[in-house]
Amino acid sequence: MSAPVLELERAARTYPGEPPVEALRGVTFAVLAGELVAVVGPSGSGKSTLLHLMGTLDRPTAGRVSVTGLDIAKLSDPDLAALRASRIGFVFQQFHLAEHSSALENVADGLLYGGVAAPERRARAAEALDRVGLSHRATFRPSKLSGGERQRVAIARALVGRPAIVLADEPTGNLDSAAGVAILELLKDLHRDGATIVVVTHNHDLAAELPRRVEVLDGRIVADGRPA
Amino acid sequence: MTGLVAVRLRPADLARVASVGLRTRRLRAALSALGIAIGVGAMVAVLGLSASNQAGLLAEIDRLGTNLLTVQNGQSLIGDKAELPVQAPAMIGRIASVTQVAATAGLSATVYRSPLIPSVQTSGLQVQAASVDLLPAVGTTVAQGRYLNAATEREPVVVLGAQAASRLGIDRVFPGERVWLGGQWFYLVGILRPAALAPEIDHSVLVGFDAAKRHLGFDGHPTEVYVRADTAAVAAVQSLLAGTADPEHPDQVDVSQPSAALEARAKAKGALTGLFLGLGAVALLVGGVGVANIMVISVLERRSEIGLRRALGARRSQIRAQFLSEALLLSLFGGAAGVLLGALATAIYASTQGWAIVIPALGWAGGLGAALGIGAIAGLLPAIRAARLSPTEALRTA
Ligand SMILES: Nc1ncnc2c1ncn2[C@@H]1O[C@H](COP(=O)(O)OP(=O)(O)OP(=O)(O)O)[C@@H](O)[C@H]1O
Ligand SMILES: [Mg+2]
Repeated sequence: MSAPVLELERAARTYPGEPPVEALRGVTFAVLAGELVAVVGPSGSGKSTLLHLMGTLDRPTAGRVSVTGLDIAKLSDPDLAALRASRIGFVFQQFHLAEHSSALENVADGLLYGGVAAPERRARAAEALDRVGLSHRATFRPSKLSGGERQRVAIARALVGRPAIVLADEPTGNLDSAAGVAILELLKDLHRDGATIVVVTHNHDLAAELPRRVEVLDGRIVADGRPA
Repeated sequence: MTGLVAVRLRPADLARVASVGLRTRRLRAALSALGIAIGVGAMVAVLGLSASNQAGLLAEIDRLGTNLLTVQNGQSLIGDKAELPVQAPAMIGRIASVTQVAATAGLSATVYRSPLIPSVQTSGLQVQAASVDLLPAVGTTVAQGRYLNAATEREPVVVLGAQAASRLGIDRVFPGERVWLGGQWFYLVGILRPAALAPEIDHSVLVGFDAAKRHLGFDGHPTEVYVRADTAAVAAVQSLLAGTADPEHPDQVDVSQPSAALEARAKAKGALTGLFLGLGAVALLVGGVGVANIMVISVLERRSEIGLRRALGARRSQIRAQFLSEALLLSLFGGAAGVLLGALATAIYASTQGWAIVIPALGWAGGLGAALGIGAIAGLLPAIRAARLSPTEALRTA
């Protein structure tokens, strides 16, 4: 199989405080190109912390995190930003869409910090919207979209730069079950097309649908079920 | 080799990103820009009005003519008032390039409305003998009645300067109107308009040279000679005047150019201008505090947007640039609106006064520059705070 897109080696994250919170206590695992992975665990187990480390939004207090072979401890803020701009896509539970911009503009903003010129951003955003089945909503503002549609826009924004990996934190957390299932189907679809995706969730039923499940408990990986 | 390339935002993209806050919170942006606008507007209006007023004065001086020269009796060696020779006006009239000559002579006589009750305060009034060609030389005209002519200049009649008339409480010329002057009645024949280049005429009660000799014991020595010269030859004529007026004592003659003094006064900045400029600066400062306040609130409210942008690949410096540019944009709008307001106020007032509309570059460029400077200072701290926010902190909701 191909080289790992993402590698964590005994990665730990302790939040300072009285007492310090050991949110992650030495996590080792790797994500290969083309994988679809569920990180599952109860609330407070450290899933979001893990996702932030994987997405280079935060640095480990111990251990090593590499994205596309680059040790993030060795990268400066501009380098990390460039890494996120070009190789990592994020999907959040709260969507984080700009209310004053259309769906198309929101998706195009996924390329804003990657140095792509505006006309090309729009063209590629239209493609990405089409890919998530929302071409007919391109001019709509987020407030005029359903929750499921908003999350599709967010997914299109994460995909538009063709990142090496897409990280989704509770992507169905704010959706009803039907919309949640549809989003899951979309992620599986994208995975079939070759995208590398990590989905963080506390929902075991949802995780059960995905080919690989990494179970987290109290900041540790307690199970890593690869498909047979 | 990381293979990573840090790219800059294109200017158009930076402008779009910087205007997000303004586009989405218009009322708030407009109100905070208003503070800047008021400050800049006040400064532009103050500078514009003072420049337009000055332009108006200079145009007025130009209209009155800059070719008027005056010759006065100066001081003798022992410090007394010197006397100009009786023939000084005639001598000056012989200089080439001199087009008009007129003379006045100060008299010691006093003037009252009536011999019984000298009720009007007339101490500021000067009784003067004046030649019949005085008006065109000093550049004024008759407001009412007539001026002295060859016939009336021998008779006991007076013409009043504009100020003198109002001091005496006389506003109209009607038959039989007279004043008590030097112990006898003089009949009023005319009232003059103000003479901007020769304000001493305004305070004068004028009688003819011959009448002064006949009724008031005047010895014929002029005290002031008004000279008009060809505009191109003013300097040359000026240098000849003292020697021509009194060839024996040219050093006892004072020569001046009234328009030059007026111009100098018009060009001197008014003390009030400084005061109002200071007030405008204070308003601008208050506006800057408003912008800083709005920016601090904006950064607090838009944490998740900041977090999202960081996740999308924005560097700290790009977040900083975004909020700094937003503050600059806000103050630029405020400054531009202020320049427009100030210019409009200047234009309206100047046109009611008939002045040329002058908005000095110091006003509009300085106003815009000050607004931008204030905006940069106001935006710097909030922008730095926004950039310091860690991505995870910014993304955390509630
Ligand atoms: N910035 C922080 N400062 C201090 N403690 C934190 C911080 N962020 C998270 N924690 C703590 O770290 C632990 C793991 O948090 P994390 O958000 O990673 O959990 P999670 O698995 O995502 O939970 P959930 O399913 O509720 O989102 C929790 O105990 C949490 O309180
Ligand atoms: Mg979480």
